Amino acid sequence: MSDKGLNIIVCVKQVPTTTEIMIDPKTGTLIRDGVESTVNPFDMYAIEEGVRLKERYGGIVTAISMGPPQAEAALREALAIGCNKAILLSDRSFAGADTLATAYTLARGIRKIGTYDLIICGLKTTDGDTGQVGPGLAEELGIPHVSYVRKIVNAKEDTINLESSLDDIYEQVEAPFPCLITVTKETNEPRLPSFKLKLMAKRAPITVWDSSILAGDPERFGLEGSPTRVVKVFHPPPRASGEVVTGDPKTQAGLLVQRLKEWRFI
Amino acid sequence: MNNIKVFGDKCTGCGLCIQVCPFNAITIVEGLARISEECQLCQACVSACPTAAIEIVEERRERVDLSQYRGILVFGEQREGRIAPVVYELIGKGRELADRLREELSCAVLGADILSQAEDLISYGVDKLYVYNDHCLAVFREDPYTDVLADLVRRVKPSIFLIGATSIGRSLAPKIASRLKTGLTADCTGLEIDPESKLLRQTRPAYGGNIMATILCSNNRPQMSTVRYKVMKRAEEIPGYKGEVIQMKFSPETLTDRVKIKGFIKEETGMSITEAEVIVSAGKGLGSPDGFKLIKELADLLGGAVGASRTVVDEDWISYPHQVGLSGKTVRPRLYIACGISGSVQHLAGMDGSDIIVAINKDPSAPIFNVANLGLVGDLYEIVPQLISRIKELKGSKT
Repeated sequence: MSDKGLNIIVCVKQVPTTTEIMIDPKTGTLIRDGVESTVNPFDMYAIEEGVRLKERYGGIVTAISMGPPQAEAALREALAIGCNKAILLSDRSFAGADTLATAYTLARGIRKIGTYDLIICGLKTTDGDTGQVGPGLAEELGIPHVSYVRKIVNAKEDTINLESSLDDIYEQVEAPFPCLITVTKETNEPRLPSFKLKLMAKRAPITVWDSSILAGDPERFGLEGSPTRVVKVFHPPPRASGEVVTGDPKTQAGLLVQRLKEWRFI
Repeated sequence: MNNIKVFGDKCTGCGLCIQVCPFNAITIVEGLARISEECQLCQACVSACPTAAIEIVEERRERVDLSQYRGILVFGEQREGRIAPVVYELIGKGRELADRLREELSCAVLGADILSQAEDLISYGVDKLYVYNDHCLAVFREDPYTDVLADLVRRVKPSIFLIGATSIGRSLAPKIASRLKTGLTADCTGLEIDPESKLLRQTRPAYGGNIMATILCSNNRPQMSTVRYKVMKRAEEIPGYKGEVIQMKFSPETLTDRVKIKGFIKEETGMSITEAEVIVSAGKGLGSPDGFKLIKELADLLGGAVGASRTVVDEDWISYPHQVGLSGKTVRPRLYIACGISGSVQHLAGMDGSDIIVAINKDPSAPIFNVANLGLVGDLYEIVPQLISRIKELKGSKT
């Protein structure tokens, strides 16, 4: 942390608003047409935490995203919460990236930003649901990371004190700057954007960097740089519903007790 | 570079591809499809084209000598000196895959004073057991664990590397995969060997469980997966199974260790919902936080844990470690009793893998009834107390 405060980067992904995605029975591919997009809900905690740290210690928050040109909308949402700058990594050659190629591309973008103290990521996304990009990004950048952060206790000159949750145990840890954290929903309650910031965000410039600007290894971007390949998508077989019983509570409870005995739970 | 190409000799200019393209990237120019820079290589057009005129042109070089990689490695996660339950499931699956490939199954255990615990794993069908025994590895930390495991993979060169999709595994595995520059598939629920290519077919849920995807890692090694717990069958003991224990020598001072642990906070949350065989869970229908006393009483009687929907956690009626669902935990108990939970898509994503689901809800149209083996339409405050007293009676008569 410099005397100007914390230099924070928040990673943001644009995801479909709904998880109820359909598969085209003819083509066997996901139907993405007409599905609205939003900021990944888990990233809202990351954005909020970044802005809170800026309010507490001073500094700036830069939101960064990799995606198609329309992902700009997600970055505008981040600006409306209070991020100062927004950078979109967008290039046709970034398309089709798995988590390894995504982490690489984000790492190129972040190296281009230059110095920073802290990178904040959401725990995972609601579409891919892997939670792999945050830790992978830290490794690409060669910096330490702490997953499942539920509380930022305080930031000092060279270190940050955190509480992270490993199931039912909370660890109190100290990480040196620069580092990356992934945050859970316990961290904060994201605010709604103010009217003023919303207006400003609408007009704010968004920096767009393509592959020529990132100047990375072209073989590590997008589909080309992705070791994994989706070969099939399908809907899971629906769970068969069983019997539904109405009637007086005593009889219902009696039936359940009988079933619990049959299933050997009592 | 990967690219997408329209073959002029096959394209009839029918325009079907325009209809399926989600990015409006295709136009018909002079009777042929033309794909613009807007294309995100989603391949919807490739599948839709009736004349197979559109293809992804892949110019992939073989990056690693695949023939050098053999066998299956399993991460033998431990916490507080106890081997995690998922490890036995990984060994069960790993043994099956190893037999299919006619290769070896090995397991890596990192910890302090862990040797005798680790040795017990041999009898579940492990051919080689790599043990890193040092107090600096007693508690999981990303840095030293990544150093040790990435180094082991480079030496042993397994073709497949399986890690439990626990909190630890999901934080550790992507770091190792990034260091080794290989593919990693998260949270797999299905693993099988493709009979022809001998590749690992990894199947996992995405979009909150609404979509299943099968994923291959063809040109990089190892093929890495984190594997969801309680899905694979636990390994059974094979009496007299012979495996080799290899105590690994290493210099702890060479390991990276940048994040310092200052302390632990253990909050009294009761039994963990990810490990419980029975979960009694409650939602908005509970009406008030006091209702959890009733839920806990039932859970205790059944030897289970207390779960909750997102709504009641957001209301602070109960703490976050109890939350089941997309933004909480995925659980797979043998029995899940949902009380006053309507069953949003997000909640169902976290529990519809349970063996048996019982739903108690006032609203007969609640979606939870669609997944329940037994649904009781009624007031939980009338049904649950009845249930508790009946179970107590039964238990009383037994003793």
